[in-house]
Amino acid sequence: MTEPSPATPYGKPLPDPNPVTRPFWDAAREHRLRLQRSRKTGTYIHYPRAVSPFGADDELTWEDVSGRGHVWSYTVARRATAPQFEADVPYVIAIVELEEGPHMTANIIGCDPDTVRVGLPVEAAFVDVTPEVTLVQFRPRTAPAE
Amino acid sequence: MTLRGRTAIVGVAEHRPTRYTEGATTLGMLADVAMRAIADAGLEPAEVDGLLTASFAEAPFMAPATVVEYMGLDVHYSGVVDLGGATGAGMVARAAAAITAGLCETVVCTTATRRERRTTGGQRSSASSGFAGRRVDRTPESEFETPFGAIGANYGYAMIANRYRHEYGVTAEQLAKIAVAQRYNACHNPDALFFGQPISVEDVLQSPMIVDPLHLLEIVMPVAGAAAVVVTSAKKAKKLKQRPVYLLGAGEHTTHRSITYAPSLTDTAIRAAADAAFAMAGVRRKDIALASLYDCYTITVLLTLEDAGFAKKGQGGAFVESHNLQFDGDFPLNPHGGQLSFGQAGIAGGMSHVTEAARQLMGRAQGRQVRKCDLAFVNGNGGIMSEQVSLILGRDN
Repeated sequence: MTEPSPATPYGKPLPDPNPVTRPFWDAAREHRLRLQRSRKTGTYIHYPRAVSPFGADDELTWEDVSGRGHVWSYTVARRATAPQFEADVPYVIAIVELEEGPHMTANIIGCDPDTVRVGLPVEAAFVDVTPEVTLVQFRPRTAPAE
Repeated sequence: MTLRGRTAIVGVAEHRPTRYTEGATTLGMLADVAMRAIADAGLEPAEVDGLLTASFAEAPFMAPATVVEYMGLDVHYSGVVDLGGATGAGMVARAAAAITAGLCETVVCTTATRRERRTTGGQRSSASSGFAGRRVDRTPESEFETPFGAIGANYGYAMIANRYRHEYGVTAEQLAKIAVAQRYNACHNPDALFFGQPISVEDVLQSPMIVDPLHLLEIVMPVAGAAAVVVTSAKKAKKLKQRPVYLLGAGEHTTHRSITYAPSLTDTAIRAAADAAFAMAGVRRKDIALASLYDCYTITVLLTLEDAGFAKKGQGGAFVESHNLQFDGDFPLNPHGGQLSFGQAGIAGGMSHVTEAARQLMGRAQGRQVRKCDLAFVNGNGGIMSEQVSLILGRDN
């Protein structure tokens, strides 16, 4: 990941947050991972929703979570999945299972792609790609879990 | 009320897959292939009183009326079916439900995808039904997947394959064998995109790695094409030109759109869809003479063999190794070549599993006819192991 600058504008797709998802992205800019949680069931939810999957009588609250998890599965893209990602090849696309339960798609960064495995312990890595947007990526955890 | 034996497929039509179309409209292709299916059934357009179409970019709203008007139809039932690769199978189940409920008697189900060569802007103009590549802002996908390059379907099926390898294990050779058997079938189907181009396991393993662990020859080639079927009541079917292909069982299951939120990567929604279809039909797995399984990737076929109940969980690789999957083998699979070797014409590619099963059961599959083909299992798979529709089709009701 290169630092964005006016000379090299960030050329990859960016999220377009809406009022419901905005708290997630605001937290990411502060390098915190924050998810919705069901008051009724205690379950954490990702991505942010306008209504709880547990019914209209539920309430979703925002809570900071650990940012720790493990690789549920992954692939190494040997060909770019879209033209904007050609410079990144080979790169890892993974589904991370957070300790709190939810799954998130992200890239595994800060390691040799060929060292990524199912079950690899990872932690959130906040990458400021533009002044407005911070992506929540993941990198291998150096210390063992718990 | 069961759908078992109440309706039948009585006409099929398909456009030969091509890499590109030049100036064709999706609407024109949808209408043309639908008219050919009606003619194949020995029906006049005026006898059709229902229409199901896939969604298509040229008519983002009111697509059914657009196709009805273009074809000059007069219908009592119409709609869009939007189940990705499961659309074709889903159309047959929905047509059967509408007919059984008495809303209409004869439904034409049509799918088409056009594909233009790259334009000067470097953007391919592709207006397919469903796979149109339209990017709508503020979808969960554009916000939480696209920024990470989680774009298209290859990466998702690669993640499924890696998880499967972790949980159960499968060799690259076992997966490759699926692609090789289907290419053998395609070499007996002059309409297949890869007719006349046999491949070996070695060829598959030596083809470029696209997304670990999937090689190029384990991934479908996008093409243009169209496919349609006509479904009518069992009563009317008996009086028509073709041998009726009865719908005996149907089942459906959907839990997610993005693979990120799938409950499992290896125990798929296919299980519930297939179990429902078999329960409705009242037939056993070992009675199935033909498996027509959605095959966007080799791993898709492996998981379908397991979750539809033909192989034990975790034994898909061993099953593939111990069976001959060719149309003339002991477990005939995708005799038209599958989408891997016939070509994936967007939503019409999914319908090709229905048209092929119907042709086989009608005894019209010529050089690739499966022997004693009286009962077929069809599975449609949408998105990344998302929408699942299973059908059981048979010669007798």
